[in-house]
Amino acid sequence: MTGIYILWLRQLKRFIRKKSAIVGALGQPLIFFLAIGFGFGPVFARAGAGNYIQFLAPGIIVMNVLFTSIFTGMEIIWDKQFGFLKETFVAPISRFEILFGKVLGGATVAMIQGLLVFLITIIFGFRPHIATLPLALVFLFLVALMASTLGAAIAARLDDMQGFPLIFNFVVQPLFYLSGAIFPLQNLPAALTAVTNINPFSYGVDSLRFALGGAYIFSPWLSFAVLTIVTLIILGIGAYQFNRVQL
Amino acid sequence: MISFSVSDKIGLQKANSMENIIEIKNVTKKYGNFTAVDNVSFNVKKGEVFAFLGPNGAGKTTTIKMLTTLLNPTSGEIFMNGHNVTENPHQTRKSFGIVFQDPSLDNELTAYENMMFHAMLYKLPLSSYKKRIEELLQLVELTDKKDSFVKTFSGGMKRRLEIARGLLHQPKILFLDEPTIGLDPQTRNHIWNYIKGLNEKEQVTIFFTTHHMEEVERMAQKVAIIDHGKILTVGTIEDILKEAETNKLEDAFIKLTGSNIRKEEGNIGLNQMRINSKLMR
Repeated sequence: MTGIYILWLRQLKRFIRKKSAIVGALGQPLIFFLAIGFGFGPVFARAGAGNYIQFLAPGIIVMNVLFTSIFTGMEIIWDKQFGFLKETFVAPISRFEILFGKVLGGATVAMIQGLLVFLITIIFGFRPHIATLPLALVFLFLVALMASTLGAAIAARLDDMQGFPLIFNFVVQPLFYLSGAIFPLQNLPAALTAVTNINPFSYGVDSLRFALGGAYIFSPWLSFAVLTIVTLIILGIGAYQFNRVQL
Repeated sequence: MISFSVSDKIGLQKANSMENIIEIKNVTKKYGNFTAVDNVSFNVKKGEVFAFLGPNGAGKTTTIKMLTTLLNPTSGEIFMNGHNVTENPHQTRKSFGIVFQDPSLDNELTAYENMMFHAMLYKLPLSSYKKRIEELLQLVELTDKKDSFVKTFSGGMKRRLEIARGLLHQPKILFLDEPTIGLDPQTRNHIWNYIKGLNEKEQVTIFFTTHHMEEVERMAQKVAIIDHGKILTVGTIEDILKEAETNKLEDAFIKLTGSNIRKEEGNIGLNQMRINSKLMR
């Protein structure tokens, strides 16, 4: 446990020290929220779908958590390059503990980022249900954990950051855009419905929307099950990959 | 020009009567058809300063990786401090400290945090490690820099910190993989003085690699030379000089391993990483 704790703590320390990065990471969700949110708001309202800001805010929070988690998970590549991973590999602690500490740290960091974005959305007019806020935190943490695990599992296979744009554009961005974060998942073309239904992050967005008092389409229990099971599966794959990492 | 008398070689007499702390028995490592380490056997005695030499790509780093649980041998057995390395990795890991060829510190943390981090990874009790960190930082003369970020350190300071960190959990063996690479003579001299002191004071067995033969002549009680994955010779410096019929270890080394320049085999990604990390150092 101390091993997991210290790896988690390291992640947190590194995060808190990068003040400019914290502020910088808020730029994208802020622009997204203001431009898309207020830009499409009138169209959304005219279509009779209600207040777009209320709809979009959970999606933007998930976006930020997803990007931050994947990126922190992928920091394992830096640890490979700067040699720090070797220090942990020769310590009397299992590879799984190393991976799990890293993943937990990444998820925690992403949660903090997500909560900052949450505050921003409130400043700009988002009105969530306060009563179910703890539930929202649970779902958001599951999303963070899933994304962080995914980032770490990918990073276990890569030796440098050159593959990062590929991963970002062909894995991370689709996961976000096809998750129902920016448009409702009803009445879509069949192909799009199929894709969004198999995207586990759709359940993350939907469950967060539910917990913050918005319109949702999946049963929260189903979302909870999907998020948990998919996270466990990726964690299993990640652990297998990580055991095979050679330095 | 071997002006070192036997009494110069610290603890040699002591080491002679002691048991083996590392035993390597018929160890082979294959990557597909390529045999990186080929049926290697040798022992290192407790308290000894042991130099492990060989040209680039000879199998040094692969051997050290197997000794330090980063790689499993294809066949053969390694015992360290009485533990079977493959079967009992955690006990083995507590027995040794290592300074890698490439830096392995967290640049975004302070010197003290890197030490504390190591202590917690090794599950040391808080009561003991606080004092030990202070002592070790003093030993490597970094006490006044303990709260500075490692990214502000020079190569030599990083090396010293890594040595202190490698010793934190009071290992029986310290591995040093080219510990003085890229350092100026002053820093090299300092580093070997710490190592010598440690070997004397704490009875730590030292297992090191280097390309500087004068460091070997100055430090090592025992030398093994490996090439093409095979051990060419193991013995004292005197033994090796006699065997090669030369006066200097450098000449003996070249005579035994040939004068051809070696191509470094292998993984482009990892080599690139090495280059990168050296640039960032």
